[in-house]
Amino acid sequence: MPSFGIFHVAGSALAAQSVRLNTVSSNLANADVVAGRPEDTYQARAAVFAAQSAAQGGGVQVSGVETSNSPPEKRFQPGHPMADEQGYVYAPNVNPVEEMANMISAARSYQSNLEVVSTAKTLLLHTLNLGR
Amino acid sequence: MAISNDVIYGDLARTLQVHGQRLGVLANNLANADTPGFKARDIDFKAVLQSTQASGTTLQTTHQQHLGTADAGAAPRLWRVPSQPSADGNSVDAPMEQARFAEASLRYEATLRFVDGRVRSLLTAITGQ
Repeated sequence: MPSFGIFHVAGSALAAQSVRLNTVSSNLANADVVAGRPEDTYQARAAVFAAQSAAQGGGVQVSGVETSNSPPEKRFQPGHPMADEQGYVYAPNVNPVEEMANMISAARSYQSNLEVVSTAKTLLLHTLNLGR
Repeated sequence: MAISNDVIYGDLARTLQVHGQRLGVLANNLANADTPGFKARDIDFKAVLQSTQASGTTLQTTHQQHLGTADAGAAPRLWRVPSQPSADGNSVDAPMEQARFAEASLRYEATLRFVDGRVRSLLTAITGQ
């Protein structure tokens, strides 16, 4: 029978994908937050996945949330209240198109793992009902 | 008269077990569909069942309370040959894995029906109706 470990595997994937969705929403929410200094700007974040070993029951884990090191976007806006001496403000290095694609991929993976949970649940219930 | 479980259920118990393990392996592939460097795995059902049949399913018991071989251990997990290379070293093809998962769950369900049929036959024999 499918052991209960399958719920651990699919559940860990659901958790990991929702962390990924969270980073996407954080990036999109902060996409337009400008700052007066390059080091103060928001940096795009990305969840990094790592496989769990079979000894840990399998599945996936988020090994860390890394920040992007690509430089912030420099915009010449002398009238902006946050502008520095040269008239520049610094926008985050978030690429909204990339984030949307990432979001769709995460949502698809979430759905497919949810389908695994639902199938495993059905099969286990049928197993429990043997001979009834 | 004792009726051995092997006589009633044949290879069905082992079949059910291997299908269940395969579902777990495929679920693990799907869970790691986005993990860099993860290599997809699978169980060769036919080979596992043949090796089970070749080795026989009975254990020598030296005491009446010794258990038989309902559990012949975990089936070997083989590596999947990827259909195309990927930049991050991941060899999971998510749509293919979904299809295989659907197939494996259907096979599991079918085996479950067969076991259920045997159980019902026994119940009919026991109740004499």
